[in-house]
Amino acid sequence: MFRMSAVALALASTSPLMAATHSVAPGEGAQERLQEALILAEPGDEIVLEAGRFVLMDGLSLDVDRVTLRGVGSKETVLDFTGQSDSGEGLLVTSDNVTLRDFAVENPKGDGIKSKGADGIVYQGIRVTWTGGPLSSNGAYGIYPVESTGVLIVGCEVSGASDAGIYVGQSRDITVRHSLVQYNVAGIEIENSRNAVVEENLATHNTGGILVFDLPGLPVMGGGDVVVRRNLVTENDVDNFAPPGNIVGGVKRGTGILVMANDNVLLVENVLTKNDTAQVMVVSYTLPFDDERYNPYPRNVVVAANIYEDGGSAPDLDGAEALLEAFGGALPPVLWDGLQDGDTIALSVAEGTAGWSLNLPRQGADLAEATPGPLQAPVSEVASLSQVTGAPAELEARLM
Amino acid sequence: MKQGLIFLAASALAFAAAVAQAALGSAEVSDAAVLGDRLPQTLGEFGFFADAPRQVPAPGVAPYRLNVPLYSDGAEKLRFAYVPKGKRAVADGEGLLQFPIGSALIKTFAFGEGSGRRLIETRVLLHRSDGWVALPYRWNAEQTEARLALAGARLPVATPSGEELNYRIPNKNQCKECHGLNGEVTPIGPKARNLSGAWLEQMVVSGHLDAKPSGADAFPLWEARDQAEPAKAARAYLDVNCAHCHQPGATASNSGLDLRWEQTDPHSIGIFKRPVAAGRGAGGHEFSIVPGQPDDSILLYRMQSIEPGVAMPELGKGTVDADGVAAVRKWVAGMEGKR
Repeated sequence: MFRMSAVALALASTSPLMAATHSVAPGEGAQERLQEALILAEPGDEIVLEAGRFVLMDGLSLDVDRVTLRGVGSKETVLDFTGQSDSGEGLLVTSDNVTLRDFAVENPKGDGIKSKGADGIVYQGIRVTWTGGPLSSNGAYGIYPVESTGVLIVGCEVSGASDAGIYVGQSRDITVRHSLVQYNVAGIEIENSRNAVVEENLATHNTGGILVFDLPGLPVMGGGDVVVRRNLVTENDVDNFAPPGNIVGGVKRGTGILVMANDNVLLVENVLTKNDTAQVMVVSYTLPFDDERYNPYPRNVVVAANIYEDGGSAPDLDGAEALLEAFGGALPPVLWDGLQDGDTIALSVAEGTAGWSLNLPRQGADLAEATPGPLQAPVSEVASLSQVTGAPAELEARLM
Repeated sequence: MKQGLIFLAASALAFAAAVAQAALGSAEVSDAAVLGDRLPQTLGEFGFFADAPRQVPAPGVAPYRLNVPLYSDGAEKLRFAYVPKGKRAVADGEGLLQFPIGSALIKTFAFGEGSGRRLIETRVLLHRSDGWVALPYRWNAEQTEARLALAGARLPVATPSGEELNYRIPNKNQCKECHGLNGEVTPIGPKARNLSGAWLEQMVVSGHLDAKPSGADAFPLWEARDQAEPAKAARAYLDVNCAHCHQPGATASNSGLDLRWEQTDPHSIGIFKRPVAAGRGAGGHEFSIVPGQPDDSILLYRMQSIEPGVAMPELGKGTVDADGVAAVRKWVAGMEGKR
């Protein structure tokens, strides 16, 4: 009994005594009323967006810790940025332990929701949609946490992003779960980040389904410790519509899961179907670079037991016809560029995994220098990475 | 010559202040309003001005200019610094003057000339005991008072170049987007390198500054930029207009682009630097700066745009700064270097 009351007491003391709920309705003056509510909120407060369409002319921002911003549902409450004339994103969050839940962002001019340096953020039931479909004039990222520790994204939906639907960059302790990404260049992208779990998502009709990237020249370097498990990655068949000049512009239509550079990545129990260039692709950084901190090679990438069906039959690669002929009508599911960092194993696979290697002669080499051959990769029995825990439990506890 | 004119103007202003003070009686800054934890609802509560509609400062409020100003759609900007009685700012080399608690920086934005001048907004930065606070005040149509506009506002203005513009008064959070560094609000403008040595001396004489910093006046006067080295003019412009976000610890830190004056690494300032999260902002270009090729440089592409999601700066810009573009273009065009 004593223990119980101690717990109750602890709970009571962590819930803010003065927490208030502020309700904001769409309609006349919504921009000012909503922005003012976001500014005047006290830590612990909840701001409720009533059902309806908020017509917004400028980006919104939140800079108060521990605020919950929630709508009635991602179909019912819509922040409409179609007429936006300022700011690089629809909503910017710069404070810690914020929860965003049950609303939609439509047609932001830049990114959808960006949270920067916003530790302990939860996105649940958020939808970001560019309603015109996959267009290069759409903004880059739908859901965009960056430089943050503790990121939980659950039950979200993004379509139309001209870079990545859900993009987590330069962050750590991340989980992306139960989300739907479609008609983006990249469905989900984890970039220059550590300790990330991407699980049980549906990535379909993107150019590439799920990307795990590590890039040079960024303030936060050294991506790795990433587990991608139990996702359905299917029919990623949209031509790359990224604006030229962007690194994802190089992603081939029909890519299921792509790992570029990175250290310690596990792909397990995913279902990969009808990704017509490669169900899984593991490659080094493809461009020249000038950053001593950067390792361009994949290291310790494990492609464990996954299910592969009907892929590789229309590769978005030069010489596709000859390749298809050589491989009997369809490329095998796993594509590796054949490069590794000295003696460090780049890629190991579950027994019986079919694949092929480009056998590139060196990092940065042109595809024309490839001498394709069957995949020769060691067998690995690894089925989990104990050090990869994803978002912390206190974020999970905020889910409704 | 220009300097001389400015000082003439400044002393005329001081004279006007004295006259106004005689007329108005007791104009005095309210230290309680600056230091308190309230958000004063009107600009008048601070008492920064002896005659606010005419922008005549109260005693102890010093007008100043920057050698290179931040472009704000061509708005005229009137800047003032207040240091409380008995306290002094501390010089810190060529960097930001360290203003003591109780200080305030005041900046009024106006469009139109002479009797047609219309005050749009006055932004104040207050150095309170727990840090700097940034607040925007919007002038009323009668031009008699400015009221706190926490959520910002939009209103139509005509720029000096004749463009009709839906001018944006930033909201309190947007103030921090530019004034935020490592999570704290900080002043941007009054760095010794961008202030005149004569003004700094005057501040020392009046007891508001401990010493004249070395490294004052390092930036060329913007109106005399054609006589300055192109690199100097352009780097000063980028420092003033871009670096408050594009530096480590600031709003655009994740881009890796560092446009501060003191940054010497070519990659960090954008030379052959690939974009990180520019999206369509890259405009089809591969690098922030391609030496000799301004039209292939993302930096110029974004400076020349007013489209949200592409335009840089992201805030406070409704029109392209043709002079700024020309200065940066000249620098990039004359730059040598190969990948």
